[in-house]
Amino acid sequence: MTTTLHTPHATDHLDVLESHALFILREVVAECERPVLLFSGGKDSAVLLHLAAKAFAPQQLPFPVLHIDTGQNFAEVLEFRDRAVAAAGARLVVASVQDTIDQGKVADPGHLGSRNRLQTVTLLDAITENSFDAAFGGARRDEDKARAKERVLSFRDAFGQWDPRQQRPELWQLYQGKVNPGEHVRAFPLSDWTELDVWQYIGREQMDLPSIYFAHQRDVVMRDGMWLAVGEFVEPRPGEDVVNKMVRFRTVGDANCTGAVVSSAATIETIIEEVAIANVSERGATRGDDKFSETAMEDRKREGYF
Amino acid sequence: MELATKDLLRLATIGSVDDGKSTLIGRLLVDTRQLFDDQLDAVVAASEKRGIGDLDLSFVTDGLRAEREQGITIDVAYRYATTPTRKFIIADCPGHVSYTRNMATGASTADLALAVLDVTSGLKEQTRRHLCIAALLGVRSIVVAVNKMDMAAWSEIAFQRVVDQIETLSRELGFTSKVVIPVSALLGDNVVTSSANTPWYAGPTVLDALEASEAGSWEVAQGARLPIQWVLRQPGGGRTYAGMVSGEAFNVGDRVTLLPANVETTIRAINFGGESRLEAVVGLAADLDLADETDAGRGDLIATAPLPTVTRELEATICWFGERPLSVGGQRLRLKHTTKSTPVRVQAITGVIDIASLSIKDAASLATNEIGLATLLTADALVVDDYREDRVTGSFVLIDEVTNATVAAGMVGHASFL
Repeated sequence: MTTTLHTPHATDHLDVLESHALFILREVVAECERPVLLFSGGKDSAVLLHLAAKAFAPQQLPFPVLHIDTGQNFAEVLEFRDRAVAAAGARLVVASVQDTIDQGKVADPGHLGSRNRLQTVTLLDAITENSFDAAFGGARRDEDKARAKERVLSFRDAFGQWDPRQQRPELWQLYQGKVNPGEHVRAFPLSDWTELDVWQYIGREQMDLPSIYFAHQRDVVMRDGMWLAVGEFVEPRPGEDVVNKMVRFRTVGDANCTGAVVSSAATIETIIEEVAIANVSERGATRGDDKFSETAMEDRKREGYF
Repeated sequence: MELATKDLLRLATIGSVDDGKSTLIGRLLVDTRQLFDDQLDAVVAASEKRGIGDLDLSFVTDGLRAEREQGITIDVAYRYATTPTRKFIIADCPGHVSYTRNMATGASTADLALAVLDVTSGLKEQTRRHLCIAALLGVRSIVVAVNKMDMAAWSEIAFQRVVDQIETLSRELGFTSKVVIPVSALLGDNVVTSSANTPWYAGPTVLDALEASEAGSWEVAQGARLPIQWVLRQPGGGRTYAGMVSGEAFNVGDRVTLLPANVETTIRAINFGGESRLEAVVGLAADLDLADETDAGRGDLIATAPLPTVTRELEATICWFGERPLSVGGQRLRLKHTTKSTPVRVQAITGVIDIASLSIKDAASLATNEIGLATLLTADALVVDDYREDRVTGSFVLIDEVTNATVAAGMVGHASFL
């Protein structure tokens, strides 16, 4: 009988995070009947899709990819979505917030109004209609204080709600995704990744991303402390000056609530350097949707948000 | 700037409610500049809003509305910190006895426990419970922060009194590495920088101790293990068996046994993410190609000698979280062990752990948050190791068949201190 204290061990942090994510992906697919992968076209969901392809290689993905289309996307992100889904050989399901509005389930915020919060209704409808019992998401615990509290496998009741006071114990890596009909779990394989880990991994794997993550010239206006890209969904208001700046996006959300950061980082390597010394968080720098209240994310998550 | 890859250490805070766990983590993150400006601003604003001074450090991790209103931690918060050589995953666990299930969640994956005690009240029963659970869960290294030294006039005598209590308990519980540090989480003394208020203390700060500890040091391997998660079909008709390696590494050419079928074969190839490897190290989510045709599937296990045990009867240590007591003939339960789920019955409750004396007392049932020993009978055979030999093949959870809730953490065998 051997007792080895220093057995060969995956100790490089990216290797540990990667294998853990693959393990979660396989475990959920094995335990749940109808999983789906939520794909926004952002870097986190791109990493998630990349990991899913690795987890089941050389087979095809054993689940479809779901995009909740707010109709207020950056064009570059939609192009990337189609490219990435095709490269992974995945089946894409698109659920549209416009349909939810047309069905009278949510109020129309108007052409320029934010549809961010409306997405939750579209998402929950898509989960119900397709009988999905597990939805993979690219959320990370370092993004927000409510997400920092969430399990890797997060139980949602028949109304899609998260109850932070009644989370299932999650011991070791014994993830258990069994639910009763109508309920589902959200699964977050990137739970323990930070923004820097994601970029280091993208660099290591030489992954494709939407071009708006890299520095480019763009017309922007300053609104609510953020640089918003002038375009179809953001029109300059009286008193706002349109300026042309070298910017990039640190996160990808709707065009009318995602701010750009002034940056000259045009390669993954320079972005990693920028992220490593950033003194404002990724959501703090770029997301108008979190600025409503102290517990904006917790409130949205309770309703069933991503 | 150093951007090379790092090793990874998982730590969990343990200890009683109000002894300052969340404040210590808040202090550690603030003083090592792990918090972004906007996150710190938000903590300041939330503190002011509740009229509790300039900066309530516990709000760094207590992010839920209910936690901030009640001033306690309800569930684990995960925070991340990096130093030039190490990435830390910090599970800030709740101290309140009603949330023991959440503390166990945070501690079950920890390499190291950061125990926080209030010097003015000493070692409380709840701290003993947490240290006991951490020891049962296989945590072997502890860093003990004796907190609120500012409230005890930085007294060495007061510190030493707690050190003596900790020494005795930690010897009984079998921790192999222990550092005890006098701190004030509120003021920052000995958390990141050495304090001028404790000239009698020459040891490391909390940060020093965390950086010096060995990552993944709980591994005491007894053979390589791969519980099969999923069967991958290869082009040309072959199959490979995917799962995460535990115990020791597998190498191409290793003689292995497929269990519970007890079929011997050889590893023909090792893959990871569609690419071939010569070795599958511990923690790798690999897939193995076996030389002989088998009908292996999810729930089976590939192992090298010394082989694990195939059994339907388990002598186990149980941390019970269910609302109704666990007893013989009680609720309908399912057991999940590695990648296998099976119906399970309680054959006998052998006893309950008395936290004060660390002895086993007779009991017919286990109440919520009690820890005890039980004999379980499963419908299907399991392939197990003793928990102290392999944290993966020695652990399981019990699931309520009606609600699907996880109601117990279980470990095969029992700790030597019991």
